[in-house]
Amino acid sequence: MRNFKQLALGTAVAAGVGLSGILTSAVQAQDANYVPLLTYRTGPYAGSGIPIANGMHDYLAMLNARDGGIGGVKIEIEECETGYNAQKGVECYEATKGKGAVVYNPYSTGITLQLIPKAGVDKVPVLSMGYGLSAAAVGNTFPWIFNVPDTYWDGASVVIKYIGEQEGGLENLKGKKIGYIFLDAGYGREPIPLLEQLAEKYGFELLKYPVPGAEMQNQSSQWLNVRRDRPDYMVMWGWGAMNPTAVKEAVKIRFPMDKFIGVWWSAGDDDAAAGGEGAKGYKALNFSGVGSDFPALDDIKKHVIDAGQSSTDAESVGSTLYNRGVLNSVIIAEGIRTAQELTGKKVITGEDMRMGLEALNLDEARLKELGLSGFAHPMKVTCEDHAGSHPVFVQEWDGKKWRQASDWIEPMTDIVRPLLEAAAAEYAEKNAPWPARTEPCPN
Amino acid sequence: MLYDIFIDPFVQMYEMPDFFLQVLWEGFVAGILYALIALGFVLIFKASGVFNFAQGIMVVFAGLTLVGLNENGVPAYLALLLTIAVMGVLAYGVERVVMRPLVNQPEIILLMATIGLTYFLIGFGEFVFGGEPKQMIAEQLGLPTGSTAFEMGERGLIILQHIDIAAAVIAVVMVAALGVFFNKTRIGRALRAVADDHQAALSVGISLNQIWAIVWFAAGLVALATGIMWGARSDVSFALEIVAFKALPVLILGGFTSIPGAIVGGLIIGFGEKIGELYWGGLVGGGIESWLAYIIALIFLLFRPQGLFGERIIERI
Repeated sequence: MRNFKQLALGTAVAAGVGLSGILTSAVQAQDANYVPLLTYRTGPYAGSGIPIANGMHDYLAMLNARDGGIGGVKIEIEECETGYNAQKGVECYEATKGKGAVVYNPYSTGITLQLIPKAGVDKVPVLSMGYGLSAAAVGNTFPWIFNVPDTYWDGASVVIKYIGEQEGGLENLKGKKIGYIFLDAGYGREPIPLLEQLAEKYGFELLKYPVPGAEMQNQSSQWLNVRRDRPDYMVMWGWGAMNPTAVKEAVKIRFPMDKFIGVWWSAGDDDAAAGGEGAKGYKALNFSGVGSDFPALDDIKKHVIDAGQSSTDAESVGSTLYNRGVLNSVIIAEGIRTAQELTGKKVITGEDMRMGLEALNLDEARLKELGLSGFAHPMKVTCEDHAGSHPVFVQEWDGKKWRQASDWIEPMTDIVRPLLEAAAAEYAEKNAPWPARTEPCPN
Repeated sequence: MLYDIFIDPFVQMYEMPDFFLQVLWEGFVAGILYALIALGFVLIFKASGVFNFAQGIMVVFAGLTLVGLNENGVPAYLALLLTIAVMGVLAYGVERVVMRPLVNQPEIILLMATIGLTYFLIGFGEFVFGGEPKQMIAEQLGLPTGSTAFEMGERGLIILQHIDIAAAVIAVVMVAALGVFFNKTRIGRALRAVADDHQAALSVGISLNQIWAIVWFAAGLVALATGIMWGARSDVSFALEIVAFKALPVLILGGFTSIPGAIVGGLIIGFGEKIGELYWGGLVGGGIESWLAYIIALIFLLFRPQGLFGERIIERI
């Protein structure tokens, strides 16, 4: 019955949003900061998309309900359903950009790649938090794209570093076999260049197991290959229905789960729970808080969920992907707040927001002030570095919930950064004439 | 290179016989599941000449209904019965709203109608049950979970999932039941008559509307069985709809009108794609099974254009 109630509420909210969209689009520019959220609550990737969409929506809605928005100005939230489809994502972008969008969150590497050339032209920044094009971290080449707190290449380097720690040092990786199972799309292929570099440097063998999108729930061949190849560790870059299926298949072939590590997008509660008791020990990277013991999340429950303004229930607050969505909106909100401080304006533009994101400094004191102490590692963006290569940690599934299983681990910036710069230069060359940066640096 | 293509795979099969047997078992299970999906297509095509594009989403819809009802407090077996009833209502609705008004229309119109039905069921399913993947209630339904491992030689191991064994048994029972239904019952014979010639069937008093409703219901039951089995292997999610199109090469291979064709075709594709992926896929970077199935089907078509068991059509000109 809960589902039916949620659906009725969801329909009412959707109708309300649609109607208010028509009525308020003309006045948005004057009295609100308009934040379109490109989300996916339907289709094969909905399992990952729904908790993130809820987290993103609920934090911004909480700021509206508790504080009257940011700096006294409401946030106009509008979701647009992309189905994790690049074409639909671009349609959402085109349909909403004229309403005065201050920032875009594509939540898809495929959509992000499509929006990268448009951002500078339309003067609206793209925030691809921990996903998208790794090279976009090079702010001087991509002034409109932000992938704070980390790129995929940072993530891949942390996985290898962590595996090295388990083996008693990176030098002990020589001769080991590390399997890489990935969604065979832009997202899953993104870290391969870095993994190949690291394989060469540390002497391990990288075994690749692509999973085509159409075969996400039919992975027995990939895992039979894993069984035959007997890799020492498995690394996963999965999304949507691919994650729970992979965890189940790993359990099925009796792969040692403590040697199976997913990226932060393979860290959903449902992803691990699908494997039942056998999934105990499965690990994943994370850069957002575990659990719901944070004052800001209490405020979400009080002002949004209990008030019937959310599509989720209170039990879902604190799940990995819900918290990830919350962190995404924390960055949006802090970007807006910083932009307001820099410009003195209450209602900002995309250009102001770009400055706000570029001057973002989410330190420990500010996290505490937000009621999110320990929810994320302090993060800072600079004009040169739009990702920041911040530390991430490894979490482990105990059969019922995630628990933090490592300290914060620094990415291998000495290796990653030169590669990012080379990749950015290559991107600019391939897309010539790529505009030289003219945007001012707020730092 | 020639060694890698023509010798090495067979050496591997010989040196790791346990792994080869495991591959064969996985191919068998995949083949059974493909065959089940293909059966749904065949039933409807046989009776109405319609390629039911909605068969994939019917698998998802049936699985979602079952799990969704259970999530809302309905006991598992009652949820199963209610889901069967829902598939019955769906079949009746499709016959009344989609098939009957379009009778005598070109086949392409009926195909388009089933595409429309697909989008309706996607939207309706998401509206009622939400878009989140759901775990199949295999244990509550009394289906076996867990696995049994057989040691073979010094390091050899064959692992059989109990749910896969159950899938094979259920598929065999289902095919046998359908065989009896089509060959031994009055309705089954009427259905075959409709499949052979609509007008001739009408002239002897067979109700097309009734037959279509029954055949859509049978396809719904097959979809439910597939949804339970595949859902237990992974999850019940809308991604399963895409997997359902793995039945296309099976249909090309087995013929659109043959139940034995669906079974044999499913097994050939299942074995073929697993063996191909595991022993030859690595030569081109892996991930070949999504298109290998079509290659296998096309090779068979070169020799039997009507499919393995399809009806040979001879037209005089």
